[in-house]
Amino acid sequence: MDGKVQLQKQLFDYTASLFQEGFLDNQFNQLEQLQDESNPDFVVEVVTLFFDDAERILNELTTSLGQEKIDFKRLDAHVHQLKGSSSSIGAQRVHEACIPFRNFCTEQNVEGCLKSLQQVKHEYSLVKSKLETLFKMEEELLASSLADLKVV
Amino acid sequence: MAAAGEIFRSNLTELLEESHSGDNELHVLAVDDSLVDRKVIERLLKISSCKVTVVESARRALQFLGLDGDGENSDIGFDGVKVNLIMTDYSMPGMTGYELLKKIKQESSVFREIPVVIMSSENVLTRIDRCLEEGAEDFLLKPVKLSDVRRLKEFIMRGEVKDGEKNSLKRRRSSDDCSPSLSTTFSPMRHLCDPPSSLFSPLSPSTLSSKKSRL
Repeated sequence: MDGKVQLQKQLFDYTASLFQEGFLDNQFNQLEQLQDESNPDFVVEVVTLFFDDAERILNELTTSLGQEKIDFKRLDAHVHQLKGSSSSIGAQRVHEACIPFRNFCTEQNVEGCLKSLQQVKHEYSLVKSKLETLFKMEEELLASSLADLKVV
Repeated sequence: MAAAGEIFRSNLTELLEESHSGDNELHVLAVDDSLVDRKVIERLLKISSCKVTVVESARRALQFLGLDGDGENSDIGFDGVKVNLIMTDYSMPGMTGYELLKKIKQESSVFREIPVVIMSSENVLTRIDRCLEEGAEDFLLKPVKLSDVRRLKEFIMRGEVKDGEKNSLKRRRSSDDCSPSLSTTFSPMRHLCDPPSSLFSPLSPSTLSSKKSRL
């Protein structure tokens, strides 16, 4: 029983830190509100969709910026997409990193775009790893609760 | 032969009942090119007890409504699907949400009466104005929240009840609980039966403050 309380506390503290450090914002809370018994995996499902989407876009951005002639309009459209989806799941720092990126696209500033891409990639990998950790903790807590139920 | 006729008639009654079941369940058509956003809006609507159809483009939306291509508008009946509300993203490849809005409002049938709400991640005043002038019921800033959906649902359901008194109560209330910064929504809350007068709709304080901050 003690182990479970420990896990709960860890989960609580970890989640709080993600908000404090700005990795997540209120929109993530909104997603949690949409999860219930009928949709117990909603948050993981949406976040997973976001991961797939983000990785696809980041690859596109990398390829686009490697071209001889860069299509800034297309670049901007992709950044806009990423900005939108990160905002929809509450990935605040990724969302914010997309803002200067869009400005550089408008200015057709290649250096700026390259730097921004690095920044966005960095923020993305951070939030991905943190969310994966969060989900793992939730799984452990769930497993621990189920184990408790088995004890007669 | 008589038996077949009976079966047909009972099915007909069911169909008609379904299309009139707007009493408790609103049917919302959501349009968004983002997979993540589609999943979120679908859940937001379902958890608010709405029947949901989500499509990925304006074209698909028109197809679903039966307004695409052949130009023949099927009346609400066997082929028609009753939709109580359309929520569409603004920026979409191909046909934008704004263009979809215009198309729907150009229909000279029941489709024109369907309230259309625009969703956008960008708080651009000219964009908001344009949409409202074209007949959008509301403009929601993304990410859309549960409270936005609830408010919308209340509005649509009350719109079904032609009560002018309730409407003015609603207007006062909406100006009272304007939420600051993050989820600024422009809400003229026009009654469906009011004559189109978007240019002269009373501005809610939230709009005024957002306009002021731009000066």
